[in-house]
Amino acid sequence: MTSDFILFLVLAVVAVASALSMLLSKNAVYSALFLVINFATIAVFFLILGSPFLAMAQVTVYAGAIMVLFLFVIMLLGAEQLRQDESLPWQRPVAIFLGAVLLVETGFIIYSLGFQQGILPQFSSLSSDYASPADIGMLLFNEYLLPFEITSVLLLVAMIGAIVLTKREKS
Amino acid sequence: MPVTYYFVLSAILFTIGALGVLIRRNAIVIFMSVELMLNAANLSFVAFSQLHDTLSGQVLVFFVITVAAAEVAVGLALIVAIFRSKLSINVDEMNELKQ
Repeated sequence: MTSDFILFLVLAVVAVASALSMLLSKNAVYSALFLVINFATIAVFFLILGSPFLAMAQVTVYAGAIMVLFLFVIMLLGAEQLRQDESLPWQRPVAIFLGAVLLVETGFIIYSLGFQQGILPQFSSLSSDYASPADIGMLLFNEYLLPFEITSVLLLVAMIGAIVLTKREKS
Repeated sequence: MPVTYYFVLSAILFTIGALGVLIRRNAIVIFMSVELMLNAANLSFVAFSQLHDTLSGQVLVFFVITVAAAEVAVGLALIVAIFRSKLSINVDEMNELKQ
């Protein structure tokens, strides 16, 4: 039981519990807030795995921008609570069964890959400048320059698309 | 500690996200479940990146975060547009191409 493992276990429990709460809570605002907790734990996982830049991006972009957008839309539409009229009564058991199948499949693949295959280095043994923003930036602007530029076009298209979709038509 | 633990956690989170897409009827909660699935995949990416001592996985996660931001902007705009015409975001009621 290393300190890394204890940290992982605690965070994993928090992550799974918040994800399940998001899935099960009736109120969409609570779902969004549970998802913020989940994103925060994943940001801490990124820190443990030696990627401080991604952890900060996760907190600012996901837990910050995206979830605020979600909450804003939920409250704008007043869609906190939806009446649960199930038009397909068999859907829920089938979904749970399919989810169990998916979990068993992925578990089998992970198991067959070998349980002790790769050992991660200790968190405390990482050098302080591993995966620093400077390193990521160098990689991003040299090796991944074309995807980076395409990303800018994608963001522009998304921005235009959002504006066009929500524009009220004059009638 | 073995990298496998991260894959198991990632698989569990991904399954919860998939279940959310299948079970919930609220379009916004379905979107949040999709975000959860993207995050589960990101966790695997970063674990692999650390395992193989390369930064490419982290750059890929950066791109995934960007695509997720774009997807959320368009998706929520769609939900707002649908809510305006049908006054509901229950996906069971979105069953016609033209109102």
